[in-house]
Amino acid sequence: MVFSEVIRDQARQIVARYPEGRSRSALLPMLHLVQSVEGYVSPGGISFCAEMLGLTKAEVGAVATFYTMYKRRPAGDWLVSVCTNTMCGVLGGDAAFKALSDHLGVGHDETTTDGTITLEHAECLAACDYAPVMTVNYEYFDKVDDEIAVGLVKQLQNGERPRPTRGARLCTLKEMSVQLAGFTDERAEAMADGPAGEPTLAGNRLAERHGIAVPGFDPETPIRKQDETSGTGPGHQKPATAPKAASDGKPAGEGPTPQKEVAK
Amino acid sequence: MTAPSQEALAKLTPVLTKRWLSPDAYTIDTYERLDGYTALRKALAVHPDDLIALVKDSGLRGRGGAGFPTGMKWAFIPQNDGKPHYLVVNADEGEPGTCKDLPLMMADPHSLIEGMIIASYAIRANYAVIYVRGEAVHAARRLRNAVNEAYAKGYLGDNILGTGFALDVVVHSGAGAYICGEETALLDSLEGYRGQPRLRPPFPATHGLYASPTVVNNVETIASVPYIVLGGSAWFRSMGTEKSPGPKIYSVSGRVVNPGQYECSLGITLRQLIELAGGMLPGHQLKFWTPGGSSTPMLTDEHLDAPLDFEGMAAVGTMLGTTAVQVFSDQDDVVYATYRWIDFYQHESCGKCTPCREGNYWMVRILHRILSGQGTHADLDTLLDTCDNLLGRAFCALGDGAASPVQSSIKYFKQDYLDYIEGRTAPMFKGELVGAH
Repeated sequence: MVFSEVIRDQARQIVARYPEGRSRSALLPMLHLVQSVEGYVSPGGISFCAEMLGLTKAEVGAVATFYTMYKRRPAGDWLVSVCTNTMCGVLGGDAAFKALSDHLGVGHDETTTDGTITLEHAECLAACDYAPVMTVNYEYFDKVDDEIAVGLVKQLQNGERPRPTRGARLCTLKEMSVQLAGFTDERAEAMADGPAGEPTLAGNRLAERHGIAVPGFDPETPIRKQDETSGTGPGHQKPATAPKAASDGKPAGEGPTPQKEVAK
Repeated sequence: MTAPSQEALAKLTPVLTKRWLSPDAYTIDTYERLDGYTALRKALAVHPDDLIALVKDSGLRGRGGAGFPTGMKWAFIPQNDGKPHYLVVNADEGEPGTCKDLPLMMADPHSLIEGMIIASYAIRANYAVIYVRGEAVHAARRLRNAVNEAYAKGYLGDNILGTGFALDVVVHSGAGAYICGEETALLDSLEGYRGQPRLRPPFPATHGLYASPTVVNNVETIASVPYIVLGGSAWFRSMGTEKSPGPKIYSVSGRVVNPGQYECSLGITLRQLIELAGGMLPGHQLKFWTPGGSSTPMLTDEHLDAPLDFEGMAAVGTMLGTTAVQVFSDQDDVVYATYRWIDFYQHESCGKCTPCREGNYWMVRILHRILSGQGTHADLDTLLDTCDNLLGRAFCALGDGAASPVQSSIKYFKQDYLDYIEGRTAPMFKGELVGAH
């Protein structure tokens, strides 16, 4: 049986994280869990999630196919993702992806014939100050170029585990999927890995060098009490009527809303 | 490298980022030594409504891009309604150019958790979730560790610091979908569905997670809360502008000497930010830039002195967004940049709304055709028509965001398009003819 009692127990632990009666919230982490067993979301993995959560296989499949991190074919031990969104792309990410594709003889979302390395181009990995970046099993290698990228992959091919610039030392994609399923990284040393790099600290360093601090910070500043007559309990707040949330007109991601939407 | 001017240096406001200088600040011991969890003790001693009023007074506006007043959002949560309330932190950072929340969660995860406990107490939530982008495992790892430490010390759990207030926090990893940064798509994803936006109204404040009252706030917004609780609203307002108060983490990337995170007073200008970042790279002239990610219309060197706050950016026809300042030079191709962004929107469109699903599909093909030297003058009209059909015509604003780079690049750099169309620029791709002329 592919999914042992240990995995079933982990699946039940995932369900227990969410409020009573809301077990479907466990679906995304559970798909990561089945990927940790098989290296991809197989039809068997879909059946497993469906059975554990009382869903149909179609319901689970519809979710699994929506998200790019769920692989639908067996992936390699090493998932090499190169950011080719605009900033990384123009700074060298496009060249790095091409060099890797030539070196490995595979294209986007393809795995080498020996089954060890899967290559993909990624969308913005939220590390633009370190551009161009690539990740191996989601750990970051900063400021790469085509030569560095090929060098890193050669190390992987030689059975070595190059140290990421930030984040923890490498583990396999299956091991990483356990963490994605929400389980704590068991490697004691992993937590301390990956101190902040200089771009992260750039503003701080400048402020330090020039002795700049924000004045007037007094942690004892009293918090003003509301008018006592408005009631003593939490229930006396005015009810919300037709609230206008920030999301109204808000783009996906961290995008902005048209300024006219913003309340006064 | 040019030294920054005094005016630029005076804009630096290391508040949220200050603890990042301590490499062990992600551990609870170091965090506590650096005043960690003192704001929580102070907050739990007052009435929740006083906290909502405090955040309102501070003028804190959402740091995820929309700029909605945070205190007002919290006040929208109906009280004594018999329903559970939820706080959901949007840590699905993915807007191209944006890279401020991941370093915060890596270097100082407890500040987010402390802010979450205070916010949950204010809105009377007993269950809170951090929805962290799947790829950001390094940040999730430290967040989970921080949550475990907070439980062990009694900052989370059934009876927080003996006050009777209970809160559970779950760190939930996504699975790779930009659209889940849109708050209603995020909620659907968190409920175990495909991440597709919901029709509003009803709004999350009344029908959010599990159809219950829910506040969804960005990481930087919540991490600002402990400082407001400690320093007070007047101190917070000593930074930024009247309508856009406080400090803000600007992420500067691209053709500057020192790309990185610069926490500054809201209202700093690009000229000053470039100074702080050591100037433009030698041999590079500023050509185009985004104030807050690819979804905010791009600007040019005409806008070096426009204040980077909500009002200042609206005044020049764009938006502050996530303050992801991407700087491109005369050596970068604006048509290619636009093509690549639209390729991104095409990939990330969830497919729910036709204008976004089909519009991006066609725009990326037209842009590819132009870059292949096979574009026509009518292609520019088709692109702008498509944008008109996108803008404001989708459930969420991913579509609006996709129109931004196309419209703004044609507005400012039409000549660059014409140079491809009229054969003055060598084709970038050897493409097959796509679509009908």
